[in-house]
Amino acid sequence: MKQNALSWMIGGPALTGGVNSSAELFAKACARAGLHVFSNIEYHSNIMGRHISYRVRTSDTPVHSHVEHVDLLLALDAETLFGTPSYQDYQRHGGHLHRLAPDGVVILDANDKIDRTAIERDDIHVVALAYDEVVRESVEELGVAFNARRHSVMRNMVPIGASCALLDFDVSHVLTLVAEVLPARHQDMVEMNRHVLQHAADQARQAYAKEDFHVTLRPRPERVGQMLIKGVDAVGIAKIHAGCGFQTYYPIAPASDESVMLERRQSEYPIVVLQAEDEIASMNMAVGAAHAGLRASTSTAGPGFSLMAEGIGFASITEAPGPVVVLWQRGGPSTGLPTRQSQQDLRFALQPAHGEFPHIVAAPGDAGEAARITHMAFNWGDRYQMPVIVLADKFIANSLVTLDDLGLDDLPVDRGEFWTLEMNGSEPYRRHRLTESGISPRATFGTPGGQFVTTSDEHTERGRIDEQVENRMAQMDKRMQKLDLAAREIPAEWQYELAGPDDADVTIVGWGSTRGPILDALPVLEAEHGITANFLQIRLLRPFPASVVRETLSRARRAVLVEDNYMGQLGMLIAEQTGIKLERMALKYDGRPFSQDEVVEAVCEHSVADIGRLVLSHP
Amino acid sequence: MAIAETERLTAKTFAVEDSHPDWCGGCGDFGILSAVKQALALLGRPPHEVAVISGIGCAGKLPHYINSYGLHSLHGRALNVATGVKLANQNLEVLVAGGDGDGYGIGAGYFVNSGRRNLNIAYMVHNNGVYGLTKGQAAPTMRRGEKTKGMAEAAIQESVNPIGLAIASGYTFIARGYAMAQPDLVDLIVRAVQHRGTALIDILQPCPIYNDLMTIDFFRGRDVGQNRIYRVADEGFEGRVQDPSNTDEVIAKQQAAIAKSFEWGDRIPTGVLYQLEAPTYEDELAKRLPELATASLVDLAIPGRDTSKIQDAYR
Repeated sequence: MKQNALSWMIGGPALTGGVNSSAELFAKACARAGLHVFSNIEYHSNIMGRHISYRVRTSDTPVHSHVEHVDLLLALDAETLFGTPSYQDYQRHGGHLHRLAPDGVVILDANDKIDRTAIERDDIHVVALAYDEVVRESVEELGVAFNARRHSVMRNMVPIGASCALLDFDVSHVLTLVAEVLPARHQDMVEMNRHVLQHAADQARQAYAKEDFHVTLRPRPERVGQMLIKGVDAVGIAKIHAGCGFQTYYPIAPASDESVMLERRQSEYPIVVLQAEDEIASMNMAVGAAHAGLRASTSTAGPGFSLMAEGIGFASITEAPGPVVVLWQRGGPSTGLPTRQSQQDLRFALQPAHGEFPHIVAAPGDAGEAARITHMAFNWGDRYQMPVIVLADKFIANSLVTLDDLGLDDLPVDRGEFWTLEMNGSEPYRRHRLTESGISPRATFGTPGGQFVTTSDEHTERGRIDEQVENRMAQMDKRMQKLDLAAREIPAEWQYELAGPDDADVTIVGWGSTRGPILDALPVLEAEHGITANFLQIRLLRPFPASVVRETLSRARRAVLVEDNYMGQLGMLIAEQTGIKLERMALKYDGRPFSQDEVVEAVCEHSVADIGRLVLSHP
Repeated sequence: MAIAETERLTAKTFAVEDSHPDWCGGCGDFGILSAVKQALALLGRPPHEVAVISGIGCAGKLPHYINSYGLHSLHGRALNVATGVKLANQNLEVLVAGGDGDGYGIGAGYFVNSGRRNLNIAYMVHNNGVYGLTKGQAAPTMRRGEKTKGMAEAAIQESVNPIGLAIASGYTFIARGYAMAQPDLVDLIVRAVQHRGTALIDILQPCPIYNDLMTIDFFRGRDVGQNRIYRVADEGFEGRVQDPSNTDEVIAKQQAAIAKSFEWGDRIPTGVLYQLEAPTYEDELAKRLPELATASLVDLAIPGRDTSKIQDAYR
């Protein structure tokens, strides 16, 4: 019997199926009950009808990733079990039946005409319930005439109620949430939902042949009150906290959810969200606002980031304070895999435009880190007067995680050095003044006496176009020097983290969202495979913490690079910055995030043999 | 606008003594620069409350010669940058400048969408028909079949109609000026800046080096015996919509402006071709967040804001 260690999945068609709302409802019920939750979604780039699968994993200890197996599979259609027929070459997949753990349970709709002989597994159980019948009976029991159009919205409560029964989890955890989301005029539906959940639970107990399901969920009242949040929302909150007053965007998956979240807050907080005509406009609007003294940001995915290139160079040469650009990576190149995971844009983010210029690139490992790094990104933009890229991805954007809070309140606020009239004496203001640190105190537009012009051309201290040799070198040196300053000043915790024991058999090296599966893999490697492992997570990619990475890797007994891309881009960066080439790689470029199991598998394989480049995929 | 300050301001207030334009002799940009400085003096805003945002090209150098805040930005992106500046600090008087290639070519998408937004800014397009800084290629305003001495072949693409495009995009103030008609241009710039909403002035200017078709002599009409440039107001044309709630009048005024925009050849119309009082982007934002009616985002958005209320919504 595994208490609270559950891997749950629901599958069905997009938009009409209610997959998302059902999964998020169940995840929230678990989070409210005090369980740690990690929940992630896989969906096609389509509007309606294509397959979605949504996982919910719970645990008594913090959990940051999914596992390959599924204990409970809720099928809203046959495709969830068997995938698509072989003649269908468009958006083909193999279903999820093979993911079920032995003794796992499939909950399906008895009316779905699913060919149960095709299940071909005798080590799992099938709980078939007639979803619409359960709803109809429950409604009529309350003396209400059944109306399919009005009441069939409750049909997804049937497999959820069945889940609760198998897990010995009181349906009231779900029902409270239903009551919260239903508008006042529909509160009569709460009672109906209760009946549906209860009926489904009763019928599931009867339909399930065995005594007990192998997982139960026990509420942890001591942990009540935690948040359940996606990366896009965490970043949006961080922007409001940081005093960002201007967010620009052009709609794109998986980034727009962040901007849409902020749009909903525009009448509560002083932030304007502008949906621009493209990402070139988004970027340059944000640069203009930053020069005018406002904390500004934009948010996009790879295709949009491609358009932002020239604006990043412009922001950097004109020493704009920011903006902050959140890049939610997805599978490239070109349109690529619009809704799928990748870490393919590291090298692009490091050199996003022509010429040589300073900018900062920081990669958070999860939603909480994404919020805190976003807050710090505004500080860095203001202090070092350069654009800052927060390099996140789809896995962080769309995954739900439980957190106590975002940890924003104790973070410092640094708006950098401002120019004041007294600084000038009798001299005119020099916006790009050469200083010891490389930072020129800035005047924001509107400050009396601070008038300046600056330009995307090379310029003098006063922002005048200039091509003279000495000035060019002085301004280049000054701008690039700010990167050295940032490297010295940014505290170590924002640059990297070494998790796990200081001395270990294996040192796993990664960046960004592979953090979750790697962290979760560490105790498994030790307990089940006798391998002690630690994890070097590199958060600051530019400026790069070269000396600490070199030092950590030179004392690592066996280093394994883990990345969601084809080329091992962090490995290339490490080689460039430290001279150390990581020969052992675990790479994944199938558009799906690493699971905990895949990290375990990769480390185990690399521990027994010198296999060099290992590619993983578990379709 | 403080009257005391108004009295003190002259064109010289906005001059930059130690920076000299590198435009060619006889370039229309000198006329535009002079008109901008005179207009700013008349408008009465002190230099630190003015921001001039430009694109790339000969026209893009304008902010370097004006004592104000300025960003000489990217080719075609001046309107984007200006949008960010204006939304950050609404108290700034934002003027945007760029060439016809900058605005109607590489920046055409932003030209259209800025019109839709109707932010309270004024946009001056220095229209000389050519790309001067890259040695005389045809700009989007070069007419089909025309060939300057610098072009290898005659233009085989249609020219864009900036006035018509501006009408279609929702600009609420649309004017045509001529760089060498100084008092008229000063007046147009003043009116464009005073207009609430996005104002466009398409400013015809000779490029003495690369455009041997749109020369000063051409505009003076030496060949036709009369000045080609004329004021539409002199002929009783009224582009301003008297009653913005009257849809028929709005449409009629738009049609009249478009009709004027096709006039070219022996007579070239200048002046205000269309004007409409309509809610600005800032007006719409203030409906959403009333503080924005009197304050700017730069004053309101303070770091370290308490977000516990939003965070609690996720519990």
